[in-house]
Amino acid sequence: MNSDRITKIVLLSVSMLILLIAGGMVFSLVKGAIPAFQQFGFSFFTSNVWNPTEGKEQYSALPFIVGTLMTSVLALLIALPLSFASSLFLGEYYRGTRAAKIISTMVDLLAGIPSIVYGLWGFYVLRPIMVDLGIGVQGFGVFTAGLILAIMIIPYATSISNEIIAMVPNDLKEAAYSLGATRLEVIQTVTVPAARSGIVAGYILAFGRAIGETMAVTMLIGNANLIPKSLFSSGNTMASVIANQFGEADGLKLSSLIAIGLILFVMTGIINWLGKYIIKKFE
Amino acid sequence: MSMEIASNSHYRDHSTARMTKDKLFLGIVIGLAILTISPIVLIIYKLIVKGIKQISFSFIFETTPNTYEAMTALASGERIPGGILNGITGTLLMVVMAALIAIPVGIVTGVYLYENQKKKLAAIVRNTADIIQGTPSIVLGLIAYIWVVKHITMGFSALAGSVSLSIMMLPMIVRSTEETLKMIPNTLKEAALAMGVPYYKVIIRVLIPTGFSGLLTGILLSVSRVIGETAPLMLTALGSTMVNWDLSKPTSAIPLLVWEFYNDPNMVDLIWSTSLLLMGIVLLFNLLSRQFAKSRK
Repeated sequence: MNSDRITKIVLLSVSMLILLIAGGMVFSLVKGAIPAFQQFGFSFFTSNVWNPTEGKEQYSALPFIVGTLMTSVLALLIALPLSFASSLFLGEYYRGTRAAKIISTMVDLLAGIPSIVYGLWGFYVLRPIMVDLGIGVQGFGVFTAGLILAIMIIPYATSISNEIIAMVPNDLKEAAYSLGATRLEVIQTVTVPAARSGIVAGYILAFGRAIGETMAVTMLIGNANLIPKSLFSSGNTMASVIANQFGEADGLKLSSLIAIGLILFVMTGIINWLGKYIIKKFE
Repeated sequence: MSMEIASNSHYRDHSTARMTKDKLFLGIVIGLAILTISPIVLIIYKLIVKGIKQISFSFIFETTPNTYEAMTALASGERIPGGILNGITGTLLMVVMAALIAIPVGIVTGVYLYENQKKKLAAIVRNTADIIQGTPSIVLGLIAYIWVVKHITMGFSALAGSVSLSIMMLPMIVRSTEETLKMIPNTLKEAALAMGVPYYKVIIRVLIPTGFSGLLTGILLSVSRVIGETAPLMLTALGSTMVNWDLSKPTSAIPLLVWEFYNDPNMVDLIWSTSLLLMGIVLLFNLLSRQFAKSRK
């Protein structure tokens, strides 16, 4: 066998490792989740009881699915105007300037801050503000967690929509300027419509990030294993309940946490696929 | 006549209104952009102000105190003794191990994707890398728990932590390798192939050296992403109060210590300095990778 063939075989077989890892992940999560699904059946998705008392054990993913959606949607709504403004700043108004360079470096750095540092800052800086405003139980809750999540996902939403906005062809914009349009009108009638799907994809990917964030949410959401009654009540997300309850878990409880991990994996997978699909269509 | 003047002034009013709206919008954009970046300034400021006074020689070269020692120091108004050496060595051990697993596999897979751009199997590998990259780190922690803690080391271990971090790093290295190689002019590769150089030598002698700074950028960025990871380590490495170099034993890490200090009222003073150090390391890798990315252009 010549060396080129061997090289090709090595490249191919090493690359198959990543498929093996992904396949193994799905297999292990499903296998680990089976006891919980068998025990609770469909009620794992519909009941709202999380009761670890021995003999009366009952677990359900519903409170955490709701908690995850509440925090993530809230984060997205808060992040939306901020990252839209930033991407206009970077991709339209000040493209290529020093100011844009500084802002984009800082936005990128936001993505580099570890989740646990966000959690600490949220706990010691944001939470006291929430207490002063009378929000949440001692400042904890869905709202506080959503607020910190918003800051965390801004860089993801901004970087994609900024690139796409910067890609809108100049002659399209110039045509609008030549008709006497102001900059705002150009943005409204040319830039945003042309970049729309890319901007949407950026927000979808950012949403996927928000769903899986763990530490900062764990430190701020208040850790109550029930469906949050309002934006200001305590709750748990899928990621935070795994982090919280894992320490003392075995048997059925461990299986339930793995099942929640599986649901989380599937949800983020679908959302990321959707975002990438929209971007690919756009290109 | 009067009609014409009226409509003219109406036109001017309308026009100024449009101008004002335009300016107002720009003001809002600038304001919101500044608001967006303010957290990074506030967070770093807070870390420095609260953390700098605890950082000292012993903070880096001694292991963590137990809660009783911390309590006595607090009660007598002294500085909390000890440091975070066990976390520093643990992070070093686990990140280096994760990099040793992820870098070779990631680069080879990246080369494969580059060489087989149009193949269906390559598209599947690429999409799989994207799926893994989007997977929440806590889920990767669960996976490493099931695979390593339960089946290989039979208990919490540094190896399990490394495995979870390496799965996180892998897709980032794969994609950055592919993107880097795509930018290398084909003529370079063709020149080498035309001289009859074997394929593997073209990869090792031409592609990888030419794309070196790009590969390094991807690796440094992926390291900066995993250094701060806490959640997967909670499920795998667990933590330890001693310096541990044994891959099969529970091991601490800097972010794990932040979590421990956060949960122990006696140790609160150590939170900020530990986070400051963690943030400093993360930023260092981040800026280094940026530097290499710049030197390429």
